Amino acid sequence: MEALVAIIIAVLVGSGVYLVLRARTFPVILGLTLLSYGANLFVFISGRLKLDQVAVVGQSADPTDPLPQALVLTAIVIGFAMTAFLVVLALRAQGELGSDHVDGQRDALDGEQQDEQQNKGRR
Amino acid sequence: MSNWIMAPILIPALAGMMLLLEVRERHWLRRVTGLTATLALVPVSILLFRQAATGDIQVYSLGDWPAPFGIVLVLDQLSALMVLLTSVLAVPALLYASHGDDRLGPNFHSLFQMQLMGINGAFLTGDLFNLFVFFEVLLIASYGLALHGRGPARVRAGLHYVVLNLIGSAVFLLALSLIYGATGTLNMADFAARAAELEGPALTLVKVAGLLLCVVFGLKAALFPLYFWLPATYASATAGVAALFAVMTKVGIYALLRVHGLAFSDGALAGLGDMALWTVSLLTLGLATVGVFGARRLGELVAYLVVMSVGTLVAALAWGTEEAISGALFYLLHSTLICAGLFLLADLVSRGRGDAGDTLMAGPRPPAAGLLGALFFIGAVAVAGLPPLSGFLGKVMLLQAVPAPLYWVLILAGGLLAVVGLSRAGSTLFWRAGEPMADVVLNKGRLAAVIVLLAMAPAMVLLGGPLSAVTQSVAAQWAQPDLYIHAVLGYPGGAQ
Repeated sequence: MEALVAIIIAVLVGSGVYLVLRARTFPVILGLTLLSYGANLFVFISGRLKLDQVAVVGQSADPTDPLPQALVLTAIVIGFAMTAFLVVLALRAQGELGSDHVDGQRDALDGEQQDEQQNKGRR
Repeated sequence: MSNWIMAPILIPALAGMMLLLEVRERHWLRRVTGLTATLALVPVSILLFRQAATGDIQVYSLGDWPAPFGIVLVLDQLSALMVLLTSVLAVPALLYASHGDDRLGPNFHSLFQMQLMGINGAFLTGDLFNLFVFFEVLLIASYGLALHGRGPARVRAGLHYVVLNLIGSAVFLLALSLIYGATGTLNMADFAARAAELEGPALTLVKVAGLLLCVVFGLKAALFPLYFWLPATYASATAGVAALFAVMTKVGIYALLRVHGLAFSDGALAGLGDMALWTVSLLTLGLATVGVFGARRLGELVAYLVVMSVGTLVAALAWGTEEAISGALFYLLHSTLICAGLFLLADLVSRGRGDAGDTLMAGPRPPAAGLLGALFFIGAVAVAGLPPLSGFLGKVMLLQAVPAPLYWVLILAGGLLAVVGLSRAGSTLFWRAGEPMADVVLNKGRLAAVIVLLAMAPAMVLLGGPLSAVTQSVAAQWAQPDLYIHAVLGYPGGAQ
């Protein structure tokens, strides 16, 4: 189970980092979301993985650690608010800069589109 | 033990919420509320500083939960000094913004108060996760403030700023959970006490976490290679906001100082990241000097001066002796206030130049060019570190405390290049200027805010003796983490 969770976190963070490095705002936002999912899961397991145990002392022989659960709730709420803000900001950037490139470069995008058209033409 | 330690967090929190209730377009009411709350912070932080100056470390347990389990607020001399600096900076910044800039968008005053709450909370908290939460509070307020007033440049810079800080938050969370997983605590004092005795795999994990924390705080402080967001964000923000942001990089430096002083001073983690911070801060210093030299706008130039001060400060931190920290604290006070003053001045100048704005090209002569030029001269002399103003004193203290040839070369060469860059900027703006524009009047309130901040340069020299005694005493307390750890873990109860 530890291995499974570790692989999940690695995949989430890895895809998150890949997407954050893209040039358009939408993949960047998706990447940040995945990155924060990975981080949240990591916070959650910092109290160790235990199966079928409650988080209350005295209710079970080997209670799980409740603190990381409280921490991860806080982190999720903050991450959610930040992502919502970023979505609005990205929309406004699209409106004001006229492109969804992270640097707001209209020329660069036009160039890419021209390249794509040229590639299509060659095919 | 008093409850006043809560006031620097509660006053802006309450004022910020009250300002949200005010929905009608009564700007004077918002201004009065915001300014009153900000002014109220000054006597409170002076009171707290006087309490801390006695040498006692005050610990306030929230909800009366005993220290390693509940969240604590801790007031020692370092946090009291930083809270005092914030309140002294916030008043002129808000005063400047209240002369028009606050009407560019709704809720400016509320965001400003929330920003103050986050900054003060980050300075006062004694818990690592609580530090994360206060960082997020100050960040989300700063996102709003950085984007305050419209414009494509602001949106583009703001987007980079937000994305970078969101990545920083994720890394912060990873570091925190590593620390919790390895030591079972997030209380700073408890963490420091336990980290000293770690060994084996847990020690490796905590070392990784410690270095991750350095990366996060380095991002907030704008260290190489994490400073590229700063010049664009600060130069495009409205002036009052940029002035307040001058203390934001110092939040990162404070967090580095705090964690460094507590956990990385001795024990198993001694000297963690020192070499990396030293190298990186010297690189920051060198590259920021190039930035100052090559800036094309006055706001950008001042932003690079902020980065330069960060490099100067973190190098002293990595050097790590008590004298170096004392000099660094003096330099921190000076550079925060003077850079804030220069941000305001840059805006004041650009308002008198029409389309030329604050670009460093010949344009119309700003109104009252003599007075503004004199103010710019004072600010430039102070920030470049020429005698007789405060920057010179700070740099002398730092150079005495850090006898490393490379540091001397970078500081002195940086100072020289800053002088060249600043005098080129000044002569372009004030001497090579054409006819003044017809209908521009200098706003007295804005001018007053600039004068208050730049007057700190001579004031810090006149009060140089007492001030350096204060920074020495702060550094002496910082160098004895046992006092802090004992104060937090020693008292079982809460506020008594």
